[in-house]
Amino acid sequence: MLAKRIIPCLDVDAGRVVKGVQFVDIRDAGDPVEVARRYNEEGADEITFLDITASSDDRETIVHVVEQVAGEVFIPLTVGGGIRTTEDVRRMLNAGADKVAINTAAVFNPAFVKQATERFGSQCIVVAIDAKRVSAEGEAPKWEIFTHGGRKPTGLDAVAWAQKMVACGAGEILLTSMDRDGTKIGFDLILTRAISDAVTVPVIASGGVGTLQHLVDGVVEGGADAVLAASIFHFGEYTIGEAKRFMAERGVEVRVQA
Amino acid sequence: MSKTIAVIDYGMGNLRSVSKAVEHVAASCDRVQVTDDPAFILSADRVVFPGQGAARDCMAAISDHHLNRAVLDAAHSKPFLGICMGLQVLMEFSDENGGTELLGLIPGRVHRFPADMREQGQRLKIPQMGWNRVHQVHDHPLWAGIPQESRFYFVHSYYIDPAEQALVAGTTDYGITFASVLARDNLFATQFHPEKSASAGLQLLKNFVEWDG
Repeated sequence: MLAKRIIPCLDVDAGRVVKGVQFVDIRDAGDPVEVARRYNEEGADEITFLDITASSDDRETIVHVVEQVAGEVFIPLTVGGGIRTTEDVRRMLNAGADKVAINTAAVFNPAFVKQATERFGSQCIVVAIDAKRVSAEGEAPKWEIFTHGGRKPTGLDAVAWAQKMVACGAGEILLTSMDRDGTKIGFDLILTRAISDAVTVPVIASGGVGTLQHLVDGVVEGGADAVLAASIFHFGEYTIGEAKRFMAERGVEVRVQA
Repeated sequence: MSKTIAVIDYGMGNLRSVSKAVEHVAASCDRVQVTDDPAFILSADRVVFPGQGAARDCMAAISDHHLNRAVLDAAHSKPFLGICMGLQVLMEFSDENGGTELLGLIPGRVHRFPADMREQGQRLKIPQMGWNRVHQVHDHPLWAGIPQESRFYFVHSYYIDPAEQALVAGTTDYGITFASVLARDNLFATQFHPEKSASAGLQLLKNFVEWDG
């Protein structure tokens, strides 16, 4: 049986791992190569790097980070943040990334996703969706796509958008709840379930993990194929191994390192 | 003694991970070379044949690089490791892209996973993406030191259906039970990515670089 994946996420700014709480309070969490090495040893199923570097001068840094990690960590690596052209995709894949996450560029140019999947294959194109609930309490739930770190609404319905991205060839959806990101109160499970049921490809749940039970909930209630978390792993609250043991004890199929 | 290991590059997918992983387990005097040169492939001591992407694109790329003969020769004559599409294109025919003729080295076909597969009440996603178990059907030098039912990393929407069951060295369950590994003489080919499968994958690659076929 296929295991549910646990994916630690490293937000990288100018070559350092950082994690913002709702994109504001940035704390330094270390050297990305060292952090990736540790997660690999703990049994991470994949590692995701999100490049949040603002200045274009520093954008080359992430390429070197990926090159270094790919030379010694032999599990799948995903890189997102600032991917706008097929040349950006190619550069990341050549550096050693297995998958590239496309976010804002997909919203402004959906044809880019189609171009990228046709050129490099669906298996390496992840579409990252940042969704925010726009329905009021008591209304039927509805989520909209936001860009620019959750600041700009697009008017696009999240469920319809996910389906459209899969039709364009996306091999996986990385779904982040902007309402939950950094809050540590758990995934938006209704959103996760809605997207997971609406698409045929795997869905990675992201945004809001504060406890190990949240990881279980994302899989069992949200129907996610993988769960992504940052801060609970970065600051040593839990190891990946502890997370897997916790999930396995609750009946979730996970990969346990031999 | 120093050995050359050719990683065949026909423009389908990123080979850095494969070559890095092979270098990681190879002897320090071994030479790992990513190449599309048929002469180099023919002279190499062993050959790794990776591949990603659609069947038709892979076949076109092999042909554009004039690699059909070199691949077939290597697959008959020296330790040869196919990975992912490097397994699938060894078969005769794939349902992908409305039907694609393959290299035809191994009798059998390639099918897409059925759309409506379920496991424990959950709908199974396509592609299969992630870590699944491989059941080792029989002993093989490349299974040395790898526990039965170990997990490896898979990414695929199509699976092989070989005509000769005796060639199946590993099986995996994903809605259906499919052949995830083939072995014949000097040839070993996996649907999963050993270069992305942490310690189990590295052990398999290490076994390959030490295997005489």
